[in-house]
Amino acid sequence: MQEENGRKPLQVTTGPGDDVLMDVRHLKTYYPVLGGIMRRRVGWVKAVDDVSFAIRRGETLGLVGESGCGKTTIGRSIIRLLKPLAGEVIFEGKNILDLPRDEMKRTRKDLQIIFQDPYGSLNPRMPVGDIIGEGLMVHGMKNRKEREEIVQYFLSVVGLRKEYVRRYPHEFSGGQRQRIGIARALALRPKFVVGDEPVSALDVSIQSQVLNLLKDLQQEFGLTYLFTAHDLSVVEYISDRVGVMYLGKMVELATAEELYANPRMPYTQALLSAIPIPDPSVKKQRIVLQGDVPSPINPPSGCPFRTRCWLAQEVCSAETPPLREVAPSHWAACHFA
Amino acid sequence: METGARPAFGSASNPAPRDATSSNGKMLEVQDLRVHFRTMDGTVKAVDGVSFDIAPGSSIGIVGESGSGKSVTSLSIMRLIDPPGWIAGGRILFRGKDLTKYSEREMQHIRGDDISMVFQEPMSALNPVYTVGDQVAEVIRVHRDVTRREAMNRTVELFKTVGIPVPERRVRDYPHNLSGGMRQRVMIAMALANEPDLLILDEPTTALDVTIQAQILELVKDLRRDVNTAVLLITHDLGVVAEMSEDVVVMYGGKVMEQATVEQIIKDPKHPYTKGLLASMPSLGMRNQRLNVIAGAVPNPLNMPTGCPFAPRCPYAMDVCATMPELKTLDDGRKVFCWLY
Repeated sequence: MQEENGRKPLQVTTGPGDDVLMDVRHLKTYYPVLGGIMRRRVGWVKAVDDVSFAIRRGETLGLVGESGCGKTTIGRSIIRLLKPLAGEVIFEGKNILDLPRDEMKRTRKDLQIIFQDPYGSLNPRMPVGDIIGEGLMVHGMKNRKEREEIVQYFLSVVGLRKEYVRRYPHEFSGGQRQRIGIARALALRPKFVVGDEPVSALDVSIQSQVLNLLKDLQQEFGLTYLFTAHDLSVVEYISDRVGVMYLGKMVELATAEELYANPRMPYTQALLSAIPIPDPSVKKQRIVLQGDVPSPINPPSGCPFRTRCWLAQEVCSAETPPLREVAPSHWAACHFA
Repeated sequence: METGARPAFGSASNPAPRDATSSNGKMLEVQDLRVHFRTMDGTVKAVDGVSFDIAPGSSIGIVGESGSGKSVTSLSIMRLIDPPGWIAGGRILFRGKDLTKYSEREMQHIRGDDISMVFQEPMSALNPVYTVGDQVAEVIRVHRDVTRREAMNRTVELFKTVGIPVPERRVRDYPHNLSGGMRQRVMIAMALANEPDLLILDEPTTALDVTIQAQILELVKDLRRDVNTAVLLITHDLGVVAEMSEDVVVMYGGKVMEQATVEQIIKDPKHPYTKGLLASMPSLGMRNQRLNVIAGAVPNPLNMPTGCPFAPRCPYAMDVCATMPELKTLDDGRKVFCWLY
């Protein structure tokens, strides 16, 4: 199918015969840096810099990385909330980055997002019923009664009471608001949902409720997730496969078990060793990285991680290591992996 | 970055060591602390009868979710509770003297000198219009009779101690020039400037990325070894406490639910809330298990249950839970606030 369209077949990060729902190829999303009195563009922040990966139907792909690594930008770019500079996002055989306006609008039903901040992401002046039902109205369901039925159904699906439709966001706790955000994302029966740090702002006891809910909903509605979080244990818990981002690049990708058991890229090793383990009897050898993440405006040549890497050699500054398969279904971007 | 050559702490700039303890060997004793806030809808008992104590050089962690009263407890020790809040009862004995009786002027001698605090948000805790060096030097000059130049030299030394590269240059930077991790190092340098007996860390790594968090935690561990400061660590992350502290206080709804050693809490939690909290944390290697869930949400602080605050969410709740339990000391030395024991 993809070859027919004249595109180079690119089996990045999936095996042959996989049912790929979304295939992201050479995605680049840059933000302009403005400067001078004329506010001219003086450079680019390379938030996502040539990233390729594929997401299988029904799986959860987790993305981890530190702030500024580009994981949020990827999530927003692949559902076209941001306009990438270059690359392709093939969703069910079509590149959604080139879709005309009306066709894109129809496709948006299938692509939804749950935001991180349960306070900022709900309009305080809209009752919950309108927040959840707005998408239905935009996509042509004009009958108010019909809409309300669907809204009530999804409220109960996410574990809230149907009577809450007339309430406003401020009447809910953080965990309940996040459930409202989930109901809003599901109301259009999407195929693909981006969870952009959906549990990061929640307390531990509430976080576990929402994680369980997301897993149940995936089963019930056959959803495919792209899930980001900075908490590595949360990502491991919810994801089938996990990608590690550093400075706008994907530096490693494997199944969750494999990645956490056998990290190949030094950055992944350091990241995993930094997780505090709630067990005082576990005395592990921690890799403490020196320094900070370099600026994405002026990233290092070659491997982005070489400035903090203990294995760095000359080749690391000369050549950017490609994401290559270092073990079956395990991709890493490192000259020494 | 140079971390190997960290100068030993405690130089000639400090006079003879102070006697950090009261007569019973405790440095800080919080006894039945109560902190209330007046709101439009009634009085909120943010901290409701909290007691614990800290020995010199030890480390204790206070763990709890939002609204548990953990941060208010730490602010009370610094006497930083402003109206509409006030310390409604209890005592805070520091070296045997009750801080709640101190005047604001007397507290100013304690803060930043005997007790200092590192806040969660390193951006808003630093003044954006002064260089970070000036801000740290100011803390030294307020409490010590030193010249501007001596204070700045000491600041450079402190920056080196907390692992800030090229400290002679960094003292002239403004907060916005520094990354989050570097700002938090500046805050720690400031807190350590006068070699406090007690260092309060309020969610010191929550705003930071994991690799930077690891750097800061290692730094605090090293400093504790070199300086012998007691540390009170406030956090929602049991993993951080397990690494940093020997003892843990678990708070919920303004009360202490359980107090024990880290080992006891992690290996064998007794209070149903502690059990639930541990079980709801996804830890590595439990992919196919369902997470335990503590049902419901934190109670409304204006309308707390009459008995145990955790009873409405507790799987073991009994009729007796409608009356207030006591903090009982068990045979193994830990304390549990629950009718089950």
